Amino acid sequence: MKNRRLLLEHIDVPGIQGIEVYQKQGGYDTLTKALKNFSPDGIVEEVKKSGLRGRGGAGFPTGLKWSFLAKPEGVPRYLVCNADESEPGTFKDRYLMEKIPHILIEGMILSSYALGANTSYIYIRGEFMYILDILEKAIAEAHAKGFLGKNIQGSGFDHEIIVTPGGGAYICGEETALLESLEGKRGNPRIKPPFPAVKGLWGCPTVVNNVESIAAVVPIVREGGDAYANIGIGKSTGTKLISACGNLARPGVYEIELGVSVEEFMYGDDYCQGIANGKKLKACVPGGSSVPILPHFLVTKTANGEDRLMSYESLADGGFASGSMLGSGGFIVFDEDQCIVRNTWNFTRFYAHESCGQCSPCREGTGWMEKILYRLEHGQGNLRDIDLLEEMNKKIEGNTICPLGDAAAWPVAAAIRHFREEFEWHVNHAADAQKRNYGLIQQPVVA
Amino acid sequence: MKVTIDDIEIDVEPGTTILNAARKIGGDVVPPAMCYYSKLPGTGGKCRTCLVEVAAGSTADPRPMPKLVASCSTTVMDGMIVKNKTSQRVHDNRGGVVEFLLANHPLDCPICDQAGECHLQDLGYEHGSEKTRYEEVRRTFDPIDIGNKIKLHMNRCILCYRCVFVANQLTEKRVHGVMNRGEHAEISTYIENAIDNDFSGNMIDVCPVGALTDRTFRFKSRVWFLKPMEAECSCDKCCGKAVLWVFGNEVARITARKDTYGEVEDIDGKTGWLCNDCRFDKKDLTKWTVTGPRVINRHSVISQGKYATSIDKPIKRIG
Repeated sequence: MKNRRLLLEHIDVPGIQGIEVYQKQGGYDTLTKALKNFSPDGIVEEVKKSGLRGRGGAGFPTGLKWSFLAKPEGVPRYLVCNADESEPGTFKDRYLMEKIPHILIEGMILSSYALGANTSYIYIRGEFMYILDILEKAIAEAHAKGFLGKNIQGSGFDHEIIVTPGGGAYICGEETALLESLEGKRGNPRIKPPFPAVKGLWGCPTVVNNVESIAAVVPIVREGGDAYANIGIGKSTGTKLISACGNLARPGVYEIELGVSVEEFMYGDDYCQGIANGKKLKACVPGGSSVPILPHFLVTKTANGEDRLMSYESLADGGFASGSMLGSGGFIVFDEDQCIVRNTWNFTRFYAHESCGQCSPCREGTGWMEKILYRLEHGQGNLRDIDLLEEMNKKIEGNTICPLGDAAAWPVAAAIRHFREEFEWHVNHAADAQKRNYGLIQQPVVA
Repeated sequence: MKVTIDDIEIDVEPGTTILNAARKIGGDVVPPAMCYYSKLPGTGGKCRTCLVEVAAGSTADPRPMPKLVASCSTTVMDGMIVKNKTSQRVHDNRGGVVEFLLANHPLDCPICDQAGECHLQDLGYEHGSEKTRYEEVRRTFDPIDIGNKIKLHMNRCILCYRCVFVANQLTEKRVHGVMNRGEHAEISTYIENAIDNDFSGNMIDVCPVGALTDRTFRFKSRVWFLKPMEAECSCDKCCGKAVLWVFGNEVARITARKDTYGEVEDIDGKTGWLCNDCRFDKKDLTKWTVTGPRVINRHSVISQGKYATSIDKPIKRIG
């Protein structure tokens, strides 16, 4: 069967938001069976076998992350679901929670059972207040059916899920900042070590996972870890939600088997159906705003001329020189009319706004970059600024407490690497750059 | 545990940070630290000036660490090899951090009360470049009044968070903290409250820059014109051991006693924090017993004109 869907399999069934319909489609069967047939460690084993990699962006193996969880006697453990999805270009978690909330709830109970957590939290982005209602309704339904609360399905396992909204800060998607925020403090990332697996929420061992990772535990337990690992390619196993946006004919959330070629994903009839309005491709950011941008000739082919696939490895092929990252799966496409400088400025403006201000390279660096890019975009820059940006990137990258500094530096570095001509055009054609406010129309696609 | 820093080996307790191991060696092996304050647990990791290169993680796992690490918050492992001044990478990146710290700094040293004892000045002197590359308009904050004892000058702040930790750890309730985010983050009190408690003055001592200065000393003199004297008084709130900064027979200001790293010294096993009464309200030589001159690092601008040039050894303390 081509392109199996595991998470969004029943997305088109009317009323799948409610528990009745969800159960009719086989929902919560996995949980009921797993509570009978699996030991907690058995589920961890299955997740390890599945090769599931964290879907939030970093791609760290989930099973391995779970096995790091410290298990001291007499100390509670927590599972926290990171639903603070704020990466520009990424909207898969929102879609999943909005359309089929019970798969997340089921995944949360399964994962908590595996980890031995009696309380779990869903930390939801402040802007998603309407989803808070959806999730709370789903939790109440699960309670009524006996999937939550004391002694779930006669297994002796107790569990409660608490949904907490954040204040709407990108930084609270960083796991330790999320925990600080969940504790009611200012959302500043913590200095690591200690890692959350040892000292997390309220000083207790905690696992923080992305919405999609937790939801993926359901099909993994249902199908078995090995069967899940058979889907996909190499170390990129299973399916992944991709939020495709930008100048595409058919943007939206797609569930793909990892390993589909980028060509097929962008132009295939089952997927995005090419660039909108018959325009040509100029560039693509394949994994959310923080990953390096790729010029059109590196999107479907790698630097060695191989087909580029939608997988962790293939998108990263060529390192930062000619590759990018799968990241969180925010697939942003730019057509020939789009201005890369404007876009880079826009991204940097976001990071400057969202930096927590705790460590100096990120606090000062993001603000500085934003100001320079603003000048460049508005025809007030000079060539020296481009070199300064490049050098600043190297000083920010890797020197910050959390990865926000890297996330701010990479897109700028990549844009300059691949589209330097366009930055120089803005300097050399200052009058044109000032007049026009959208798109670099006269600039041919740089090949 | 044995750790090697810049080719010097030293034995330290497990759990020691790289920075404290380096401080045990002393001298120029010690990375600069703007936010870490050994007397305030929880500080550190924020300013990134103490970044060092770890060339070998430990004897068991001798791989180098890919990123530079903050030496103030990274604990040593047995057999760890650390490079500080011997690493070009550290030198370059520390320069970068200093450039970032100075980017929005007003550089108003000529009218800043902290000048002469400012850690950012020292840092800029050692690691900064001669000319700024920052061409934008410098960030400014609206001035806020935090009471009649302490002057907050937010434009100079480097957001080390030390004063927040002082309020958390020394005083009964904290009324100030960090507001806003990113570039606009600022130290502030909730709805412009005055900071008023017995130990708030220590915020001035821990501030590495001129963001928090003594309002009772504001624009009175430059620190290098003053004579630092060690003095004691009996106080039931604090240790009562301070440094008086004297001009003629007048006490211009009073601070706690600070060590080589600019941190408040331990006195009788306890950190020598001062209470506000001793700091602000006893500016009178008759209320103190002067025990001798305060030894100031001879490289410091404060020592200007204090000691005869022929004396090579530090002056012995009297008594």
